[in-house]
Formats: sequence, C-alpha cells, structure tokens
Amino acid sequence: MPDMENAPAPVTIAGVRDRRVAERQQAEPPVHRDVLFDVDGLTASYSGVPALRDVSLEIYKNHITAFIGPSGCGKSTFIRCFNRMNDLIPTALVEGTIRYHGLDLYGPEVDSVEVRKRIGMVFQKPNPFPKSIYDNVAFGPRVLGWKDGLDDRVEQALRQAALWDEVKNRLKASAYSLSGGQQQRLCIARCLAVQPDVLLMDEPASALDPISTTAIEDLMHGLKEAYTIVIVTHNMQQAARVADMTAFFSVEVDEESDRRTGILVEYDETPTIFTNPGDKRTEDYVTGRFG
Amino acid sequence: MATSDLTAGAQPGPIRLRAERRRIGEDVVKAVLALCALVSVATTVGIVVALVEPSLEFFREISVVDFFSGDRWAPLFTPPSFGVQPLLVGTLTVTFWACVVALPFGLGAAIYLSEYAPPRVRGALKPALEVLAGIPTVVYGFFALTFFTPLLGDLGLEVGIFNVLSAGLVMGVMLIPTVASISEDAMTAVPQELRDGAYGLGASRLQVATRIVVPAAISGIVASYVLAISRAVGETMIVLIAAGGLAQITFDPREPAQTMTAFIGATGLGDVPTGSIEYKTIFAVGLTLFVLTFAMNMLSIRLVRRFREVYE
Repeated sequence: MPDMENAPAPVTIAGVRDRRVAERQQAEPPVHRDVLFDVDGLTASYSGVPALRDVSLEIYKNHITAFIGPSGCGKSTFIRCFNRMNDLIPTALVEGTIRYHGLDLYGPEVDSVEVRKRIGMVFQKPNPFPKSIYDNVAFGPRVLGWKDGLDDRVEQALRQAALWDEVKNRLKASAYSLSGGQQQRLCIARCLAVQPDVLLMDEPASALDPISTTAIEDLMHGLKEAYTIVIVTHNMQQAARVADMTAFFSVEVDEESDRRTGILVEYDETPTIFTNPGDKRTEDYVTGRFG
Repeated sequence: MATSDLTAGAQPGPIRLRAERRRIGEDVVKAVLALCALVSVATTVGIVVALVEPSLEFFREISVVDFFSGDRWAPLFTPPSFGVQPLLVGTLTVTFWACVVALPFGLGAAIYLSEYAPPRVRGALKPALEVLAGIPTVVYGFFALTFFTPLLGDLGLEVGIFNVLSAGLVMGVMLIPTVASISEDAMTAVPQELRDGAYGLGASRLQVATRIVVPAAISGIVASYVLAISRAVGETMIVLIAAGGLAQITFDPREPAQTMTAFIGATGLGDVPTGSIEYKTIFAVGLTLFVLTFAMNMLSIRLVRRFREVYE
C-alpha cells in the first residue's frame, strides 16, 4: 500500500499543463491499475437458490484483493467463480460475466481446465497429495506435460514459497510429514510450479497457528510482485495487513422465505474500508459491532 | 409442567452407587456376540483340520513330488495317475481369462461411477451392478454354455462346446460388480479436497482420476482384485458346466479343461467310495486350492502395504 500512495505523480513530456493537472490531483494521487478481472452482475446459485447476488467489481493486476464478510455471505462461492471450481458441483449455476484479460471466463468455447492452469487455487485446509514433497510440487508441471528441468522448477517453486530451506534435504519424504503451516506453503508452491497468472486463496491461514499465518502473509507480500492474488478471509486484521483492495460482503435475509443471499456491500482501497467506509454496514462490521 | 420438578439430586431414595443386582443381561449379550465372532474362526479351523487329515493319508500313498510334478491327471482310471498340473493349469487359465474381463472393466466402471457419473446416473447404475452380483452362478454357467459359446462360434472362433474361453470370460462378467463395487467404495472415500487440489492445478478429470484418486485408493482396488481372483480360483459351477471335464495341460482357451474346483465338484457328485484313494484325492486337491488362495492373499496384503498412499 505505502508504495502506491507515495508513488510520484506522473510527470511526463507534456510539461506544465500536465504538472498542473498533477498538482490538482495531489489529494488523490493517480494510481495506475490494470484491470485483470472485470466482474459484472455475477449471481451464483446452488440448486436454484442464489448464494450470491449481482456482484460487480474489478480485480487489479499485481494487487492483493481481499474478500471479507460474515459467514454465509458468499465470499468463498465468489472466489470459486474465478477459476470455475463451481463447475465441479453439479447443482451450481453461475450467471453474469467475469472477464479475464477481457475474455469471458464463462464463454461457450472456454475450457475450465485451461482456466485453472492459469488461475491457481489454495484452499482453506492444507490439502497436500498423499505423495512425496517433490511429487506434490511436480504434479502440476507433469499434468501440463512439462518434462524438462523438472528439478529446477520444483526447487524454484519451493524457494518462492519460502519452503526450500526447510525441505531441501527430504524432498522424498511424505508431504504429510510437514507441519500444517509447511503443508500450506507446499500447496502454494504446488500452485506456483505451474506459473499461473493469479493465485486464489480461500482462507489460506484459517487452519494455521499465528506464526504460520505470519509466514503465509509475508509470502503473499513477496508474491505480489509477480502474481495477482485474491484472498478470502474472515480475519479482518489479516485483510488490513495484506490487502491493497478490500471488498466487504454481507448477508441479506429475505424475511418471507428466510433465504440468505450474499451481496457485495462495498469495495475500495483497504485503508478506506477500514478507516472511512462509505456504508454503515461496513463500518459496523469492521468496528466489530456485527458479524 | 412436570419439567419444573427436574432439580438436581431429586431421585427418590438414599444415595446408592452400587447396582441393585448384577446386570446379567450384559454378560449374556457379550457371550452371544463372542459366539457369533467365533463361528467363522471355528469353521475355518474345522475346514483346515478336515482337509488336512484325509490329505495326509493321501500323501502317504502318493508322494508330494509325484503329485506336483506329474502332468497327467487320471485318478479314476486304471492305472490311476495323480499329477495335479493339468488341474492347476486349468484353474490358472480360467482365472486368467476371468481377470482379463473383470479387472479392467471393474476398475473402469468404478472410475466412471465415482469420478464421472452424475448423481442420478450413479444412483441408477450402482444397484443394477449389484443385481449382477446376486445372480446365481449356475445361471452364469448355462449362460456361458448355451449363449456365449455359440456367440464365440458365430464370431469366427473355433471353440468346442466346452471351452476355457467362454467359461473364463463369463466368470469375468460375473466378477465385474465385485471389483467395481469395492473399488468404487475406496475411490469415493478419497477426500474431495485432494480432487479440488488437483483440479485447481489445471488437471483434467482423467488426470485427477488416474493420478490422484486411483493411487490414493489403491489398497481398496487391490483388495477388490484379490477378492475377484480368489473367487475366480474358487468358482465351481461355471467351469463345471461350461469348461468341460477334460483334465489336460493346454493354454489354448478354445480347448476344454478341468479346474481343481470342477474336479472336486464332479468327483464329489460321483460314486467314489469313502476312504478310497479317489476319495482322498478330493481333499488333497482341496488343500492345494486352499494353500493357493491363502498364499495369494498374503502376497497381495504385502503388495498393498508397499504401494499404498495413505491420505489424512
């Protein structure tokens, strides 16, 4: 965050006039953001019952975007729309559009397997495969048929996930011999090994102790340079610590049918959400009065 | 409302922590349940004892070496010959052809049911498959003899009326549900998180099935294979009806053959006098069969321990 705020105003060849424009915008320094995902009117339902209704927002490249909100607000459902994981649930239906690099993710010719190659996912519970540490990281590249330089790829991914030094002498050991925090970093390494564009993280630290959580958060800061990261978290402090942008979701209860539907309440830069939210519901949530 | 009377320590009478009387019912139940468990163990021991005694008498007359090295099986002829190899070969070839059908089709059905089939299809298919397992073997036997063998003939294979191929393949069909059902249970038990993890890396359905689910479920799959092979080795009715009664060493599946079980079945039904050498032969062959399946089970347990992937 601080990097972006202190970024010098763009002084370009255009000269004085531009400089004046820049001065005028001093209060709100222009930040260059590339849109990676453009979500428009997204509704996700299970068995015809909407879990999340009419969400529109943009996710920016090389940013960390956090989805926060109370249980049942559809934030996990939402993140699973980005790599079409909901396709695997027979009763799930996604309406609206998500554009990724301008392409419709749910277009008729789009193959969900191809989508997931570019958009990796880390889950709530560490889910290493019952294989060796090496085979876990090598799984993705092998699936994609990348046979050359597999050892290097595995090492690089483990280094990026800050796990290499801890496991380099026991790559053949079972992934289950690692601690929970190490297993989660292994799962991150496993994703990185296929060189995705985006990392989706669904409450990646909720099953971990505070030290492991810090390790994962530090890791995310480092990975931001190269990846776009979207994280679901129920931990507001975590969102405040790691995210550039934060979206607050809430639950709307229909009094008559008692149906609960998730809605997007507010989406803004993280400091704004936490210090100067535009919506009363956001304020209540981030100040701990609700949820 | 009576509920308002529910206060702590309000049970009538003085506080007493000893039981009024011994709970005899508990002891009886425990004894009955232990008896249930003992029945199978006792039966197994009984069978082994019953097999061993006449078998030992048999081997007192016919040497073990002759029994296993002999390549002519004609115990009811004069002069008799007690080389068990033709029966062993018959059993193994029929089992082989049964496996050719049951193992791949069973595993394929299991993968389809657990990884591909929509819930509705699965709900319809699994019971249908289990009905297949409930068909009496004698029905399969006549199906092989009167339908499948002529079909093989129509397909241009010059098979005899009795042949190994038809018996083996139909036995394989009979065993598909065994393999499919147990393998499918093992594959369904693989945690969804493992599949999600693989899908999240861009693995296709087939890759998830073959590289994640099957390895994680391998112990269940091998268990289903072992059970299928054991049943193939022990299956009597189909071979008795469809494979013929000619004990000969041949690997040509178009020929008839006799298996160990078929010999026992056929001879046991005949009029061999109790205590005669022919009678004891039945037990010697039975013991051989028992040792064969037992050894196979042991081997497969070792294999499973070695290769399985244990998930949490």
